[in-house]
Amino acid sequence: MNPQRTPRLGLIVNPIAGMGGRVGLKGTDGDELLRLAVARGAVPMAESRAALCLEAFLKGAEGRPFELHVGPGAMGERVAERYGLGVVVAGRGALPPPSSVRTTAEDTRRTARNMADTGVDLLLFAGGDGTARDICVALGRDRLVLGIPAGVKIHSAVYASSPAAAGFLAAATLFGDTSVIREKLAEVMDIDENAYRSGVLRAKLFGYLRIPYERRRVQGLKAGSGTPEAAAQAEIAAAVAETISAGPETLWLIGAGTTTKAVTDALGLSGTLLGVDACLGGSLVALDLSERDILALIAQQSDPKKIKILLTPIGGQGFLFGRGNQQFSPDVIRAVGRENLMILATPDKLHTLRGAPLLADTGDPSLDLELEGYYRIVSSYGGFTVYPLAAAGQ
Amino acid sequence: MSDTFTHPYIPNSDPVIQRWMMDSIGIEDIEELFACIPESLRFRGKMNLPEPLLSEAALRRRVMGRLNKNRTCEEALSFLGGGCWQHQVPAVCDEVNRRSEFLTAYAGEPYEDHGRFQALFEYESLMAELLETDVVNVPTNDGSQAAATALRMACRATGRDEVLVAGSTQPDRFRIVRNYLRPDIRVTRFGFDRTTGLLDLKDLKSKVSDKVAAVFFENPSFLGCVETQGREIAEAIHAAGGLLVVFADPSSLGVLTPPSRYGADLSCGDIQPLGIHMSFGGGRGGYIASADEERLVQEYPSRLFGIAPTEKGEWGFGDVAWERTSFAKRENGKEFVGTAAALWGITAGVYLALMGPKGMRELGEGIMQRARYLAALMDKIPGVAAPRLSAVPFKEFVVNFDGTGLSVKEINRRLLDRNIFGGQDLSADFPELGQSALYCTTEVHSKADLDRLASELASCLKG
Amino acid sequence: MKTNPKTEPRDFHQAKWDEPVIFELSTPGERGVLLPGTEPEIAALGNPWEDLPKELHRTSPPALPEMSQMRVLKHYLRLSQENLGADLNIDIGQGTCTMKYSPKINDQFATSPKLAELHPLQAPSTVQGTLEILYETEQFLKEISGLDRFCLHPGGGSQAILGIGSVIRNWVDANGMADRKDEIVTTIFSHPSNPAVAKIKGFKVITIYPDPVTGRPDMKAFMAAVNERTAALLITNPEDIGLYNPSIREMTDLVHSVGGLCSYDQANANGVLGIARAREAGFDLCFFNLHKTFSSPHGCGGPGSGVLGVQKHLVPFLPAPVVDVDDQGNYFLQYEGVDRENRIKDYYGVLPAIVRAYAWMLSLGDEGLREVARVSILNNNYIFRKILRIPGADAPFAAGEHRMEQVRYSWQGLKDATGCGVADVQNRIFDFGMHIWTSHEPWIVPEPFTIEPTESYSKDELDEYVAVLEQIVREAHENPDILKKAPHRSTIHHVDHDVLEDPKRWAITWRAYNRKYRGYFEAR
Repeated sequence: MNPQRTPRLGLIVNPIAGMGGRVGLKGTDGDELLRLAVARGAVPMAESRAALCLEAFLKGAEGRPFELHVGPGAMGERVAERYGLGVVVAGRGALPPPSSVRTTAEDTRRTARNMADTGVDLLLFAGGDGTARDICVALGRDRLVLGIPAGVKIHSAVYASSPAAAGFLAAATLFGDTSVIREKLAEVMDIDENAYRSGVLRAKLFGYLRIPYERRRVQGLKAGSGTPEAAAQAEIAAAVAETISAGPETLWLIGAGTTTKAVTDALGLSGTLLGVDACLGGSLVALDLSERDILALIAQQSDPKKIKILLTPIGGQGFLFGRGNQQFSPDVIRAVGRENLMILATPDKLHTLRGAPLLADTGDPSLDLELEGYYRIVSSYGGFTVYPLAAAGQ
Repeated sequence: MSDTFTHPYIPNSDPVIQRWMMDSIGIEDIEELFACIPESLRFRGKMNLPEPLLSEAALRRRVMGRLNKNRTCEEALSFLGGGCWQHQVPAVCDEVNRRSEFLTAYAGEPYEDHGRFQALFEYESLMAELLETDVVNVPTNDGSQAAATALRMACRATGRDEVLVAGSTQPDRFRIVRNYLRPDIRVTRFGFDRTTGLLDLKDLKSKVSDKVAAVFFENPSFLGCVETQGREIAEAIHAAGGLLVVFADPSSLGVLTPPSRYGADLSCGDIQPLGIHMSFGGGRGGYIASADEERLVQEYPSRLFGIAPTEKGEWGFGDVAWERTSFAKRENGKEFVGTAAALWGITAGVYLALMGPKGMRELGEGIMQRARYLAALMDKIPGVAAPRLSAVPFKEFVVNFDGTGLSVKEINRRLLDRNIFGGQDLSADFPELGQSALYCTTEVHSKADLDRLASELASCLKG
Repeated sequence: MKTNPKTEPRDFHQAKWDEPVIFELSTPGERGVLLPGTEPEIAALGNPWEDLPKELHRTSPPALPEMSQMRVLKHYLRLSQENLGADLNIDIGQGTCTMKYSPKINDQFATSPKLAELHPLQAPSTVQGTLEILYETEQFLKEISGLDRFCLHPGGGSQAILGIGSVIRNWVDANGMADRKDEIVTTIFSHPSNPAVAKIKGFKVITIYPDPVTGRPDMKAFMAAVNERTAALLITNPEDIGLYNPSIREMTDLVHSVGGLCSYDQANANGVLGIARAREAGFDLCFFNLHKTFSSPHGCGGPGSGVLGVQKHLVPFLPAPVVDVDDQGNYFLQYEGVDRENRIKDYYGVLPAIVRAYAWMLSLGDEGLREVARVSILNNNYIFRKILRIPGADAPFAAGEHRMEQVRYSWQGLKDATGCGVADVQNRIFDFGMHIWTSHEPWIVPEPFTIEPTESYSKDELDEYVAVLEQIVREAHENPDILKKAPHRSTIHHVDHDVLEDPKRWAITWRAYNRKYRGYFEAR
């Protein structure tokens, strides 16, 4: 944040996000579906969600000055007008007329890039998983953004828990005690909407966005202290790296995520963030594996008992299998065995689950049931948490 | 309690109030609130405790009756030291640490407990001047805990798992350190010279290696000797990539060079001499100090209070590096922090403010002069050798009684009959020193006290 | 003038002296105290330090302030007025810390010269009174816990946990089990010192989460966690959320069945004194905080006292010495039968705290201690129902159940409605001369606050505290700015915590401040 100038907030509304939900359509990706949704009487939800967020933001801003940069028309301009807010409209002209809700993915991306160029300090976007993907494509991991939940069903961890929460957090980020706000990378999920509509949730980890979160504000407690997420991941990674180094003959199948990436980093290896990598004898033998590649590696492994899967649940959701790591198919999981799953999760990640179990949705309901039970999760250096896993269908 | 009685410490022990509160909760009997405790876990017996002493008069008679059986160092003439020392406690120290506002506060924030934060920041700052370091912690439980923690800090900072500890270290401190470092850190002793009392550099150098995280010694040592080879020891351990940890008696630092000046990376010690009553060994507090280097600051498990601006330009204070964590790969888990000795820290700050630079200098000079005088006086007594070790003593020195044919135990028994507490018996912990005792003198002793010890000792040795 | 303090919060303002940092008060030449000079015969022997090598002579005197006695006194008394101790405060918002009344008469014993001027190495015959107090205190604690022997050395709860960790470590090693017993099981609601100590003592730490409905440790997770490698269980009961765990005996039985030890963190003992004991629950070890449950004051964070008890089979691992009495009725320090090597603290314990606790127990007896538990629970359930009626306040877990001596509440509802969470309520409550604590991390309960009324506060005071919370919640709805900009009536305004997190800008001492800054935080 640049203290020399008025803080800048960006707001992009994806007006069509959430329209499918009320009329029984899961998502609005694609023109035909959108027409169908409108025909069924769908009304734009995202704008009212954005309004709730703005109300909370204004409360939190307490009259302090800020610049609001919005998308044109239904993409933000219109909702800002409700509050009589003077706005800077990003990239008008190249975009559809203000009344149109027929925006496209490219409109979202272009507006986001435009706002990034004008230097917004925080970009709020109202939408769903598809919107998060568009922001991710447009901005990568370096810009500070935050999602206002407005989609049908959101699997990405980049969204605040409610529109009001997004508004308060945005105000704290722009005006608050800056020592309170921390940044972290959170998951953006890619859900196959076609499959989802036919009742199958197929998701992969699409990427990461940088979001703000509120650190414990008050210091001076009598004991204990919060560990920043990156340090907590490094601590886990140090412990796991020792285990991996101690067992060079074991084939380690390392799943997606920042926690597992910290492990390959700790080993001095350059693993992928989003794919499954294989580690054997102290080096990475293959990157970004498909299910078939994994099965081939398993078949080659001389001692089939010495295979381990290293993985971490999706934050806020708790999915261990079936979101972002379909490469770990039922065949792969069965071949490796549940006793060879090594699950990593920082304490904060577990706390975000609020006591809900980890979830398995492997695509094979009977395997999901077999996987149920308690696991010893690596949660710090020398520290473990015993935590339940349940079949997602339950 | 009974129907006709309420306890002064328990306002709601009055049955009428209790009835009213139970109605408000919607219960008939307080017993209902314990319903979640299974009957098998309920204790239905009576605790075998004395009948309560309900009046202050009865309580005072009982407790003071016990305490009055004691004979204190003020009622006798004491030469005990060895880590706990009889110093004059300025009246202002007692006044401040008995204030309700400090005495009964706990874990408030800077906005309600500004005074505590400022007083402890000032304690750190006053100690820092004495130690010539930029960082001092809020006190640990005692000096031995400070020593043990400083050594663990050194192990984390260097990523090593062995420490070398001087053989002349106070025996129980050595035990505490070794116990605290178990099981992952190896503690190796190195020797000291039986004639001079100084550390055995040759032995030390043979044990220093690139596995050694730190060398630890006391200065002055438990046996009272001022160690003169600090610089060489620092060079030896620094050359091997380790750290020097020195335990220093703060009452010596008005006259002696602080450890940071001869190469100590971490200084530690006990603040008891700074205005804290001995209380049978119950008044203790440990300090740890270092340079303002992030790699060391991040390893402190204790709280560190820092100074910070407020939005209105006042002096503000708060915890520094609250999310303290090891950046490097963690060889060990973080240590713990909890209730320790904060009020003694405030008290020690008051002491240093009262003493000022001149007071600390005069304190040290006077103590060293008395120690020299007393040793010379005792040395004149037939069969007594003092000081037994040739290094310059600070407040303690070893006295050997081999020439008297008597054990220290017997001599101390005879002195006690003359209302004198003789020096600490060293014969069990340091058998190589024969029948020796550790005598201590401070500013509380007048020449007449020292002369009296010498004459009573001479007389009681005759039988 | 307020006529009804119960419903109308008082018009409080904290002292503000604008007191300089002590170094700014220095006037060269002033003296605070004088030292007794040495007599001519002693002085005639010269300065022994001149015999030391030059590099050991302190050449530049320490840059301590030079101040007259009254100036020092005034400075510290002003700071004391800028501090809100439990004697002034309705200090029920510091839940888990048992901020009860510390009787003044007990301070007289703790500060008596008959205790203060004792050296720890005096002959036993000269300290019989103190040894007797230590002995009796141990007997009382044995009755309260049902355990067999206590060590009174530790300086606080965390050090008592260290003592427990040492006993467990040494027991494992002495039985040759170091290679097969390397795990310690604990719960997420246990004090953070429990896992921290377990790690220092070389154990892996296995943590159990609460059951999301009952709030008690998830028993299935616990059963999955315990195995032959389990060296010990470290657990609190009731945990900090204020719920007694009725399955505690099943837990200790399970750990014993695999050959492990069970240790009871009795930081929350206030509600179970004389009601339930460590022995019946199957514990091998336990500890109490004498500066909390047993009324010794907290001293801004110590000196406190933690006492650690064990069953008979662990006595050989207890830190030496303990106090015994011989046939002639003489008390002595006993080093036999306990562990000379398992030392954790200098000497024998924090006597001023122990003597206060001893006197407190004497003033209550069996019936009085039980009344402490009964009233602390009565008070808690009384205020519990009042707080639950405040909009935005909630108490997760175990809906509809009574609580023990404290409750962990949540302001999440208030935060969702107004944007004001526990930190904002905390900053505002200072304006009423009160305190609320944000509770131990991790925040399993979101936006947490923990209220522990103990037995010390009257019904009217509990009502007054609730009235203040109600007013703050009204303000959060009507004008959150009042909370966001609070405190308004404190000694100081908002501290810039960023400075304290930045190695280039933090200053832990005045010396460091002067190196990094000049003027008022003007970087050099």
